[in-house]
Amino acid sequence: MSPLKRVRFTFLDRLIKEPVIYRMSHDFNVITNIRRADVQEGVGWVILELEGEILEIERSLEWVRSIGVRVDPTLGDLVEP
Amino acid sequence: MANIAALRCKECSREYPVGAFNVCDFCFGPLEVVYDLEAIAQVTSRDKITSGPLSLWRYADFLPADYNAQIDINAGFTPLIRSSGLAKKLGLDELWIKNDSVNPSYSFKDRVVAVATAKALELGFETIACASTGNLACSVAAHASRAGIKAYVFIPSDLEKGKVLGAAIYNPTMVAIDGSYDDVNRLCSELADQYPWAFVNINVRPFYADGSKTLGYEVAEQLGWRAPEHAVAPSASGAMFTKIYQGLKEFEQVGIIGNVHTKMHCAQARGCSPIATAYEEGRLVIRPVKPATIAKSLGIGNPADGYYALKTIEASNGSAVIAEENEVADGIKLLAETEGIFTEGAGGVAIAGLKRLVERGTIKKNESTVVYITGNGLKTTEIVEDVVNPIHIDATVTAFEESLGLKA
Repeated sequence: MSPLKRVRFTFLDRLIKEPVIYRMSHDFNVITNIRRADVQEGVGWVILELEGEILEIERSLEWVRSIGVRVDPTLGDLVEP
Repeated sequence: MANIAALRCKECSREYPVGAFNVCDFCFGPLEVVYDLEAIAQVTSRDKITSGPLSLWRYADFLPADYNAQIDINAGFTPLIRSSGLAKKLGLDELWIKNDSVNPSYSFKDRVVAVATAKALELGFETIACASTGNLACSVAAHASRAGIKAYVFIPSDLEKGKVLGAAIYNPTMVAIDGSYDDVNRLCSELADQYPWAFVNINVRPFYADGSKTLGYEVAEQLGWRAPEHAVAPSASGAMFTKIYQGLKEFEQVGIIGNVHTKMHCAQARGCSPIATAYEEGRLVIRPVKPATIAKSLGIGNPADGYYALKTIEASNGSAVIAEENEVADGIKLLAETEGIFTEGAGGVAIAGLKRLVERGTIKKNESTVVYITGNGLKTTEIVEDVVNPIHIDATVTAFEESLGLKA
């Protein structure tokens, strides 16, 4: 079984309209599995599981970040003051 | 044994056995501890609580871990002070200050870490860990020292040395990570999955968070078994804010206090106000930010419990308030000058927020109000260093009297 990774994407403004998750699974060898999401005007988030080779997952996340989507662990910031 | 029934997903309500899990396998929602409040009601009483230890463990019936002397550094049961000077200044009849800056490692984090560490040992862990830039690191390292267990503290490598001295003194294994804040976040998430350690705010987070319920219990007890009409608390992840209210409501549910009508007010600083901004814009979805505030201990840009903090505001008919960055130091100074309490940036935010809530008319003169001061000012002296401005004189009585206009 391929490695799994759970992440939270946050989309702001124009990115909400972009088919980011479709492109991610289309352009990279990564299976995306959405578990929960909330999209409203101006902001939206999606929590999903990614399955694939770890380097491929990292490459796909690098691309997601590069277009301006924020990528966090599923529960948000873990580094606490 | 603690009166806990299970862990439950806050989103889909699926239940899980008690263990080191923080996320629902089905929907990836956060897990919380489910208490058997009927069983708690059978065993708890005001008398039992008041005859308990002078620490947060007097509320052990309501906590997800049993008391363990091995980890106890005497966290909690901090003073609730009836304000005179600040109340007068703000025009309030009944203002109380919950001074949690006098915990053993000088912040409220001792409450959550005490419970997390006790539970970690119950679950068989021999190492505790955290990723932190400040108060949490201090508390984790202190508790590990007391418990005689290993602690790993992960910090961004560009953090100033002075910021982590309060943790380093307890001699944990401190790991400075090269990379951005997001890189530290990601690495710790991966390490928490791979190592058999209790990351206090990750895999044992449901237990950790409930340590903050004691901030609700204590205030109710110290007010003479009643809840205040208003509570003002600073917020970073939002967890403490929600748990204060949960604590008050649990006391109500088991009959320790009467009906709770406390309005919960969340205070954040302008430079990192994702929760308060969502409130002001009427949203329940948090728009993450990059923290840029001098109140560093509130610097969480994508708060794990932000949504639940907004729900707590809604449920309690409370509000959120933003302190401008230049008001943070003013808040610290005001509290120090009127009450003799020196707080850090988060406390400055709470005081500045309180002031604004009074000015807005949200808090009225005759309404009982508690403001939570969660950390000690000696941790962030740089915010208020301009107060050091002595009068310079020659070493003569004449010079002294002349400089102060005391000469007859």
